[in-house]
Order: sequence, then C-alpha cells, then structure tokens
Amino acid sequence: MNFELFTLPFNLGLYFILIYSVVRITIWFRDLSRSDKLRLQRGFFGRPFMDSLREIFMESLLHRKIFRKNPVLGYMHMSLAFGWFLLIVFGTFEADFFGEKHLNPPSHAIFFRWFNPEHGAEGFARIYSIWMDLLLAFILSGLLLAIIKRFTPRLMGMKKTTKHTWTDRIALISLWLIFPSRLLAESFTCGAHGSGSFLTGNLGNALASFLPVADIAPWFWWLYSLSLGVFFFLLPISRYFHIPVELFLIFMRNSGITTGDRHSSYTEVQTHACSSCGICISTCQMSYAAGIHDIQSAYFIKGLRNDRDIAAITANCLMCGRCEEVCPVGIELGPMRLIERRQGERSDRTLKLKEKYSLMRRRSTIEKRPTQSYSYLVREEPEKADVLFFAGCMTHLTPAVIAAMKKIMDSAGVIYRFMDENGGVCCGRPLMLAGRDREARELINHNSDIIWKSGAQILVTSCPICYKVFRESYYLEARVMHHSEFINLLIEEGSLRLGYLHKKVAYHDPCELGRGSGIYEEPRAVISYVAELQSSAQEANMSLCCGGSLGNLTLSSGKRAMIAADAVRTLTLCSPDELITACPLCKKTFVQVTKTKISDIAELVAAAIPAPKREIAKRRTAKRYSGAISNS
Amino acid sequence: MRVTQSNKFGFTINRSRLIDYDSSDRKVREYVTLREPSFRLCFACGGCTATCTAGQHTSFNLRRMNTFIRRGEIEPLREEVKRCMLCGKCLLVCPRGVNTRNVVAAAAEAIVKLERNEL
Repeated sequence: MNFELFTLPFNLGLYFILIYSVVRITIWFRDLSRSDKLRLQRGFFGRPFMDSLREIFMESLLHRKIFRKNPVLGYMHMSLAFGWFLLIVFGTFEADFFGEKHLNPPSHAIFFRWFNPEHGAEGFARIYSIWMDLLLAFILSGLLLAIIKRFTPRLMGMKKTTKHTWTDRIALISLWLIFPSRLLAESFTCGAHGSGSFLTGNLGNALASFLPVADIAPWFWWLYSLSLGVFFFLLPISRYFHIPVELFLIFMRNSGITTGDRHSSYTEVQTHACSSCGICISTCQMSYAAGIHDIQSAYFIKGLRNDRDIAAITANCLMCGRCEEVCPVGIELGPMRLIERRQGERSDRTLKLKEKYSLMRRRSTIEKRPTQSYSYLVREEPEKADVLFFAGCMTHLTPAVIAAMKKIMDSAGVIYRFMDENGGVCCGRPLMLAGRDREARELINHNSDIIWKSGAQILVTSCPICYKVFRESYYLEARVMHHSEFINLLIEEGSLRLGYLHKKVAYHDPCELGRGSGIYEEPRAVISYVAELQSSAQEANMSLCCGGSLGNLTLSSGKRAMIAADAVRTLTLCSPDELITACPLCKKTFVQVTKTKISDIAELVAAAIPAPKREIAKRRTAKRYSGAISNS
Repeated sequence: MRVTQSNKFGFTINRSRLIDYDSSDRKVREYVTLREPSFRLCFACGGCTATCTAGQHTSFNLRRMNTFIRRGEIEPLREEVKRCMLCGKCLLVCPRGVNTRNVVAAAAEAIVKLERNEL
C-alpha cells in the first residue's frame, strides 16, 4: 500500500529537480559580486521580502501583467500556473486530512486517488472532491487554450508564437500530457470503485459502462507518473526551468540588483528565467511590420542559454525597448543585448546534453574586436555660457529644427552658445549601441571637456539619442535637458509667450526619450499649450519605433521603411493635421513614408510665437496691396 | 611612375586611378558585400562624405573608403576605417539606401579577420 512501482518516475524526477535547482541557485548566489550578495541578504530579511512574495503571487501565479495585456492569454497562463499550484496545495491537504496518516510523502498527495479509491463518498469529503475536480477542470480549460495557441496563435491575440527546440517540445508534450492523464487515471479508478465527483466520477461511470476500467487504470497512473517524471528531468534544459528560476529572479530584483554592464550570474539567472512565452515576438515591430521573425528577445535569450553564435541576432534589433516593457518576467532585455554586443563574436557550437545540465557554464571564447581611434580630435577652448545648445549630428540634417530652436531661444531672451554650430563631435551613443563602449568613452571625454570648460548650467539638446547618453554616461555639472523639457521650462517661467494654433496634432514618443529616459509629460504639456493634442493608438511607454533607430546596425533600408510606414499608419489613425515628434531621426524617417506633415516639437512651438506688431502691420499692407493689384 | 605602353605615347596614368592587382586583396570586398549586400548599391555620389561628422575633423572620407574596399587597397583602409564615429548621418543622406554604418563595421571586422588569416 505504501509503495507503488509506478510512483518511481515521479519521485525520481521530483527529487532530482529539487536538488538540482537548489544547487544551481546556490552556485549563482556564490558567483554574485560582493555588493550584490549583501543586497540580496539585506533584501531577504527586509521589506523587499514581502514585496517579492507579493510579486510571486501576482506575477508568477496569477500572471497579472499578461492579464492586463490580453485576458484570454492571461487566463491561459493563470489556469496552468495558479491552477496547478492550487491542485498541489489542496492535494496535500486532502492527503493530510483524508489519508491514513499526517505528513505524507509528496507522491501520496499527487496519486491520492490511487491510494484512496473509495474517498469522497459523503459529507465533507464529497464537497472536497467537487473542489478538486473543479481545479482539474480549471487547468484543463487552460490547457485547451494553450493547445489552440500553439497551432493558431492569432485566435489568442498573439501575432506570432515562439518556435521551440526539440528539448522544449518534448517538455511541452510531457507537460500537456500531465493533466489529461491525471483526469483519465482518476476517472478509471473512480469508475472501478463508483466514487469521484462531477468530472472524474461521471467520466469514470461512462468509461466503466463499456471498458474493464480496473485493468486499464494502472496504465494511466503510469502515464501520469511518467509524464511528470519526464517533465521534471527535462526542466533544467528546457524553457520550463523558468519556474524555479523566476522566483529567485524576483528576490534578486526586489533586493535592488541590476543587470550592469557585463555578464554576471544575474544575467545568467535572467537568461534562465525567460519562459519563451513569445509575448516579445508578438510585440516586436520587426516581426509584424517587417516580417523578420527570428531575432526577437525570446530567440536572443534562447541562443544565449544554449551558447550559440547569436551575433547576427544581437545586432539586428532596433533597441526600441518595447519587448522589455511587456516582458511578463521583467527581464532587462536591452542591457542584456548591449552586453552581448560588447562581447563580440562567439564561436558557434552545439552544446552536448551533458553540458546543458552542467552546473558550471563556461562561455565560449570571445574573439578580438576591431577598434576605432579618435586621436585626431583637437581639444577646443569654448566661450563661457550659461546655456549651451547641442544640436547633435541628426539635428544638423533637419535645419528647420535648429532654426526653430534659435527662434524660440531668441524670443524667450535666452543667452546661449551653440556648441556644435560648425559641426561637433558625435555624442557617443551610436558607438555604445554598436557595443563599442571604449571608443565611445573617447568621444564622451572630448565633449565633456568642452561642456565643463564652458561652465554651462544647462545643456539643451535637440536629439533624444544625445540626451540619453548625456544623462547616463557623462559626468556633468550642467543640468541636461531635452529641448521639449527646456521649452516647457521657458513656458512655465513665463519668458516664452506663445499664441494658440488651431490645429489637431498627434504626438509620437521617440524611443530614447520616452522609454529610454522616461520623458513623457513635458512634450505633452508643451504641445497641449499651443495646439490640440489627440491621443494615438500606441503611446507613452508602448509607443512605436520609427524604424530609423541607430540601435540596429544591420537592418536594410527597405525593412526600415516598412516599419516606418506601419508606425505612421497607426499614429495617424485619428487623422491629425500634423504629427509631432521630438527627435530629428524620427522626423527624417517618417517624412519619407507619409504625406502627413511631420514636425518637431520645436517647429510647432516656433510657429506659435506671435510675430512682432510691426511685422503684422507690414504683412497687412502687403495683403491690401496685392488685393488692389488683383482688383485692378 | 611605372613605365607603361601609354607613357610612350605621351599619356600618363594618374597614380590614384591605378589599380595594382599584385597588392590588392579582394577578400575584404567579398566579406563586406556578404555582410552588407547593399554595399553594391553605392554609386559614389559622395553625399555621405559631405555630411560626415568625423569628416569635419579629419580627412576621413567614406566615399574614398568604399573605393579602397572595392579595389582591395588594404593598407590605406586599415587607418581610414578607424576614424568613423558610426553616428549614422551618412545613413540618412544616402540616396541609394546603403547601410553605411554596417559597411564601416563590416570593413573593420574584415581587417581584423584578415590579420588572423580567417578570410
């Protein structure tokens, strides 16, 4: 009674995965840097601990983030995760209350019906059986959705789902088999003993009417145990390893550990915490607008996990950050990709099965990289100024933006110096995006030197790409402001007087300004001050990438145009008079694919500056004059 | 100046227009074209060079660099390729849609690979 041979696969699998996860996580903990270790320890005994528990409940079990995006998909994930969790918890209670003794081994709870076939005939046990059947039905409904999603992702609101490796597929099949085999095993046993509730009891009775259920039942118990066992054994080398690892990741993140700028055990944990759910694929503009389906974050992480040569995948990304925004696990996908770009090429090799289980992961050797050198740059002696205006390379290609900025600053009476009027030096961000941080540092030093020497209090830039790097990688005394922030400041101070333009406009958040630097409010405040701002379909943290991104080194111009056209279509759904952006690169990219007028926020504001009275009079005279000519 | 047949007839060949097939190495061109097929689209208009940020500080010239790659002149290319800042202005002005940033990146990689005899 106490031991059945069929429980062996389950037991072996369970103890294997428990021990394996504990050892793996211990090694990850050991490899953390000293400060991160301290953070984690402090987090474990403080407030972050409760936050983590809450997050585990809300995200790992209920999948709240996915629910918000798409309720059906959320239900699917929740029914499998939360349903299974409840089944285990209540199964354990059931075995504890109704079994022969307390504190049973796990197999007694999982295979409870086999050990207590007559259970659930009357009273409380009967109600409890209904509850257990309900839970099983809950999971099975989710499973049905999962199967539908795998074959027709569109029905589930996904544009595309992940393509899996063979280990993932076997693990997936074994996971799918677990619940139907449990249903059948319980039904056969219930049918033989006339017990069970609405699901297992009725199905059992139906089966018993034409099948020798008592003889068949053990086979399904074997199948149930085997599918569990196979699933557990494949866990460490499949995507399902995210189940234990995600819990650890949540503790690490809430303790304040961040990705940093090189591979560490935190990036390793993030790599294994990815569940390949495919939500990043579905969100990626390169996938649905440009038809590139093999470079998304799920595949990037998968390549990283299997130590493949993913240089092409790593480079082919717009770095817009939309996937990071929707990732239900909260993996820092942008920084991870940048780390990998810095690493350079890996030699491609297929991991052997033994290596996949290996606790110590050796990364393949990294090859020497080409280097740039900017020793030709001559140090300048700038004039002193309180406000320094740095247009940026891209803004030099949109002279209208520079003219507008000059007009705005002159009108507001700002005394400024134009730092790169005669062509400056690149801010360094494009190099960083290409993974060349050391070279970028040379440019950063050059620019920093000029900014420090000028003694500026405020550094205004018109390019979000520059803005991000000025804020994050420069050590400056000056306050760095994007021009939308600066204009907002001028309006609030009252030094910039503006009229109202009777126009309906839509605003496009540039990636580097919005998601990259968290500036959402200021541009909107400025625009609403001078025109009527319409809301668009995808905005703020889910705004689209224009497709021109410097983050992608390899994307062809044709594909870029496809992304741009798709983005403009979405942004102009409400047919605004003008589409406003705050980035010269977005402007340049959009102009090529649409007839809608695209303006920078500075141009919009400059147009709202009332003309001096004398000029208005001059214009009226000219009009009258031209009218007189046409009349005669 | 090399003695060629044309010299005898009073014609000279401009040094910069001379391709020396003994010293040229086409492997870099092949690698760059493989990595960035749009490299072939370049018709040497020079728009990239006119707008270049690095070009304002040094003699860096993307159009000339492309010629070096095409002709397989490795020695001048080695220095030239290091000067680019990858800022991407050339990408936006290119009328042919050449992915110029990747051309520079691929050329730099090709040089490193050449040194390791991997091309």
